Amino acid sequence: MAHIDANGHAPQEHHPALQHHFHTMAQQLEASVLGMWVFLVTEVMFFGGLFMAYILYRNLYPDAWLAGSHELNEVLGGANTVVLIVSSLTMALAVRAAQVGSRIGQVVNLILTLIFGTTFLVIKYFEYAAKFEHHLVPGAHFDPTRDPAQQLYFSLYFMMTGIHALHMVVGIGILLVMLRKAWKGHFSAEYYAPVEVSGLYWHFVDIVWIFLFPLLYLIGKHH
Amino acid sequence: MNQAVKEPNSYLDAPHGVASWLLTKDHKRIALLYLISITVFFVIGALFAASIRVELLTPEGDLFSADLYNKVFTLHGVVMIFFFLIPSIPATLGNFLVPIMCGAKDLAFPRINLLSWYLYLIGATLTLAAVALGGVDTGWTFYTPYSSMASNTNVTIAALGVFIAGFSSILTGFNFIVTIHRMRAPGLTWFRMPLFLWANYATSLVMILGTPVVAITILLVGAERALGFAIFDPRMGGDPVLFQHLFWFYSHPAVYIMILPGMGVISELVAAVSRKQIFGYSFVAYSSLAIAIIGFLVWGHHMFVSSQSIYAGLVFSIITMIVAVPSAVKTFNWTATLYKGSITWDSPTYWVIGFMGLFLIGGLTGLFLGSMGLDVHLHDTYFVVAHFHYIMVGGGVMAFLGGIHFWWPKMTGRMYPEVAGKISAVLVFVGFNLTFFPQFVLGYLGMPRRYHAYPEEFQILNVLSTSGAAVLGTGYLLILFYLVASLFKPRNAPANPWGATGLEWEIPSPPITLNFETDPIVTEDAYNYAGRARKAGEK
Amino acid sequence: MQSTFPLFPQAASSIASDVDLLYFFILAVSSFFAVLVSALVVYFALRYRRTHADEVGHDIHGSIALELLWTVIPFILAMVMFFWGADLYFRIARPPADAMEIFVVGKQWMWKVQHPEGVREINELHVPVGRPVRITLGSEDVLHDYYIPAFRVKMDAVPGKLTTMWFTATKTGSYHIFCAEYCGTQHSGMVGQVIVMEPNDYEAWLAGGRSTGTAVENGEKLFTQLACITCHKTDSSGRGPILTGVFGSTVDLQDGRQVVADENYLRESIMNPQAKVVRNYQPIMPTFQGTVSEENLLQLIAYIKTLKVAAPATAPAAAAPRGGQ
Ligand code: HEA
Ligand code: HEA
Ligand code: HEC
Ligand code: CUA
Ligand SMILES: [Cu+2]
Repeated sequence: MAHIDANGHAPQEHHPALQHHFHTMAQQLEASVLGMWVFLVTEVMFFGGLFMAYILYRNLYPDAWLAGSHELNEVLGGANTVVLIVSSLTMALAVRAAQVGSRIGQVVNLILTLIFGTTFLVIKYFEYAAKFEHHLVPGAHFDPTRDPAQQLYFSLYFMMTGIHALHMVVGIGILLVMLRKAWKGHFSAEYYAPVEVSGLYWHFVDIVWIFLFPLLYLIGKHH
Repeated sequence: MNQAVKEPNSYLDAPHGVASWLLTKDHKRIALLYLISITVFFVIGALFAASIRVELLTPEGDLFSADLYNKVFTLHGVVMIFFFLIPSIPATLGNFLVPIMCGAKDLAFPRINLLSWYLYLIGATLTLAAVALGGVDTGWTFYTPYSSMASNTNVTIAALGVFIAGFSSILTGFNFIVTIHRMRAPGLTWFRMPLFLWANYATSLVMILGTPVVAITILLVGAERALGFAIFDPRMGGDPVLFQHLFWFYSHPAVYIMILPGMGVISELVAAVSRKQIFGYSFVAYSSLAIAIIGFLVWGHHMFVSSQSIYAGLVFSIITMIVAVPSAVKTFNWTATLYKGSITWDSPTYWVIGFMGLFLIGGLTGLFLGSMGLDVHLHDTYFVVAHFHYIMVGGGVMAFLGGIHFWWPKMTGRMYPEVAGKISAVLVFVGFNLTFFPQFVLGYLGMPRRYHAYPEEFQILNVLSTSGAAVLGTGYLLILFYLVASLFKPRNAPANPWGATGLEWEIPSPPITLNFETDPIVTEDAYNYAGRARKAGEK
Repeated sequence: MQSTFPLFPQAASSIASDVDLLYFFILAVSSFFAVLVSALVVYFALRYRRTHADEVGHDIHGSIALELLWTVIPFILAMVMFFWGADLYFRIARPPADAMEIFVVGKQWMWKVQHPEGVREINELHVPVGRPVRITLGSEDVLHDYYIPAFRVKMDAVPGKLTTMWFTATKTGSYHIFCAEYCGTQHSGMVGQVIVMEPNDYEAWLAGGRSTGTAVENGEKLFTQLACITCHKTDSSGRGPILTGVFGSTVDLQDGRQVVADENYLRESIMNPQAKVVRNYQPIMPTFQGTVSEENLLQLIAYIKTLKVAAPATAPAAAAPRGGQ
């Protein structure tokens, strides 16, 4: 971002990361943070469509939903919830480290966050594999002895968790970029907007999971 | 910063080269890239329209097979909505003007702005690929289960194209919101903002809140088709009507994405052509927000006969009626602005008057459709087709063309021949009415839309409509011709050819790369023509 | 019977003139505003033409009184349109209890009609004049929409559920039926005629038709053929619930909910039996999805609807609401 400048914008005493169309670092930070919030609003609406479908069908087919949630492994799901919550903590610590300008703090915490994020995906992989084995993936191979409405449940399960996992993958990509920049010492107490904004994204993805976990794995199970 | 002629530093001049355009982060260049792309798509969509009209000259479906006709109107709708009208004003005039009107050097995220254009291109290319591979035949509404189970055309590819184009729209809205919140010049308070900014702000809200929902909906259809998932499939107990709810949750607000920026353009133009403070500024500003917000609660008016609950229908109907009121407020305020104005008869004025007439008819016929008992008869007939063309083409496209005629000198540094501007406006107005007015009659008679062959008694009205389309098409071609021709002439536009207020008119035509040599400070309300008169007659 | 250049549709049902009246009302209001605004715009534009290059308009900023005026008046008019339209819609949506019932099934690309007496027809619909007719609509594949412009009624046929519409024809003659919901290649070919006849002509037509058994008779046959009867017996010895009197009753479900057994419930019980399992029964009923066509389904439902308790103390409420939920 720092190197746009074919337009003869004299750097003067400006911070090298200040883009030519902003007046101050503060304005630039505010714009980035607001931008990320606006983006997260679009994400909420994106998942919102899935949640609407979930609510409607859950109401129509409570039995199928119950049967579906019995097929999910709440131990693995619970473990993943813990993993993500811890990763949110390390992410927050990474942002904090960036704000105070601690390079080591950023690098360590970003690496930890990356490890937790990957752990989540690995666990998710095992869960998915089990679904394939048990013929619970909607489509031609779906267990024909089951109530067809359970296909609705598993379709939504895969869409919701799949899109969530995709967000995790994107998040990991972003964090890798941040890690590289942090390693090179790009960030400082004056300039840490990218880390802060990535953190917002990461927390959002965690929060989505905090909704998915009870809705898909837990609700109604005590019956 | 006076005469624009031979301004060396203009954004058009430095630097040259294809790469400098394709990798540009300058909002003005991106606006032009968008302008070129949407024009290409308008032409493609218009050729599809011409095919529709020629086919409908005779009651038998003799020119095309039924299958081909279905693909033609589907692509006409998809191209016109997603690749022309939705990006039209925001991505071209909006991209060009929002930062300048804010007194900023660029949008908040220039690279994301460029990304949005590339996403648009990828989406558009995919959709064209779907055409090349044999087309799509679901109608622009993609209703399930036809789209998810029955159609054996390239629904998945086209849907993916629309999905990606959706993100380009989200990114534009996102950029506008952040820019308007964070990058206004000192002194430019919310209530000093030009109404075009208000309108684009409201539009952006709809873009970021609505578009993700249609994105996920289309993704679900794709998952159903490509992966065999069951979401809307009635055989698994899925509800096809759920698709309609999700689709219209976006696509009704999307109609306001299409008209709000146009309303913003008209507000600017009305003030400029009458050199007068807009009547009831804050009412016009707030009504944009009201339309954007209330517009999210009316989607079910597309579904009065879809088997949705009748009580839901009641709620949707009453809110539909309520959302018409802010549009009425705008219309009356524009009219009142003309009162005791100093009204020029330059070509932008022609577009403003044309817009007012056609938008009125389009909007008022929305009331027929919003009234439930009447919509049972009118739903999915040509009455609906006429309604939305009046409002989208008569309103949206007229406003877009009006805006282009108004800001063309600023964007390109060239004037176009005034006479041609006026003739084309008249041609478009007359041709438009001849094309679409008969369709109201057809609709009340009961002619359903998406019909490739129709009973004989409807022929005369259809012939009228097709002949109108020829006039209308000629009008469009004329505009394309003289605007392109003007580019080959030397730059001759003064900084402020219309004698209008606004930051964009205080900088050279065309502007320099970073818009302002010194950062502007705003000290007065928008449209302060009275104050301006005292400043002595510059032009 | 249609002129070659009509400008207004025939009105041939009891509701048609009411719809037209509302149409004219909104047309009048709209014309008023369209003319008013256009006239003012053109008048102002001419009257206040710019006279010299430096002229500017008067310094007028607005008027709260005017804003209120042109917010409130359109609002009131819009509310009138809403209430009028809603009232009309309720009348269009709610069939009278004494309506005769005809089954219509949409299928790419034809309309299959089944009269209660068993006569079937395709793409045509014969009805007697002056009698309310209730149409129960189903679809075998995708969305369709049964539209009769001369009656000013239409309703979507939605796969996976049953919808209803009704009309009383008031003029003999034949009128267009259109499919108004896009349904694929031959959408524009999915058209037909309603033929409205004098009641005795209608009787004669019915008698002349090749009846393949009434809907109820066919339903009863199917009930045996498909072995429904092995589980649904008339006494409590079957593995499934007794179906006598079930239509219109309130059913207790396994998960504690209660539903009213309307046509859509019966439909779902057959096509997707696990969706709503009756309290105290096992979910053992197989699905008949794919085995039973939409038409057969309507016959089964017609049959189940006739299974009434011998002398019912209170007659079950018959009219199902339009559409589902
Ligand atoms: C730019 C696009 C646009 C806009 C702005 C609108 C605006 C409105 N639309 Fe339209 N509409 C479409 C595009 C648009 N529409 C499209 C594309 C479809 C079809 C989609 C498909 O099925 O393919 C459609 C379909 C559609 C339907 C569904 C019809 C059907 O399929 O059965 C309905 C029903 O209520 C409706 C209503 C309205 C209303 C009430 C408004 C209002 O917002 C209009 C408000 C404006 C005015 C009212 C005029 C100004 C007012 C006055 C001068 C004062 C007098 C006013 C009063 C007395 C109230 N529209
Ligand atoms: C911005 C949106 C937009 C725009 C600008 C237009 C522009 C036009 N549209 Fe379109 N239209 C839609 C959006 C739009 N439309 C949508 C969303 C649908 C619904 C699709 C669906 O159902 O899924 C639709 C559907 C639609 C139908 C209904 C098809 C059907 O239901 O069967 C018709 C029929 O007349 C039509 C006509 C036209 C015409 C004549 C123009 C004119 O403005 C075009 C004028 C241009 C030309 C005519 C071409 C150039 C001229 C020449 C080459 C000269 C020679 C011409 C002739 C001899 C005719 N459109
Ligand atoms: C294998 C046994 C079996 C067969 C065969 C069977 N059913 Fe059922 N049916 C049941 C059982 C058990 C229930 C109650 C549990 C439930 O709702 O799924 C039931 C419920 C129903 C209900 C809902 C009754 C209520 O009280 O609400 C209807 C209607 C019905 N069946 C119709 C049919 C029809 C029509 C057929 C034939 C096409 C049929 N059934 C075939 C076992 C069967
Ligand atoms: Cu059936 Cu259209
Ligand atoms: Cu709408």
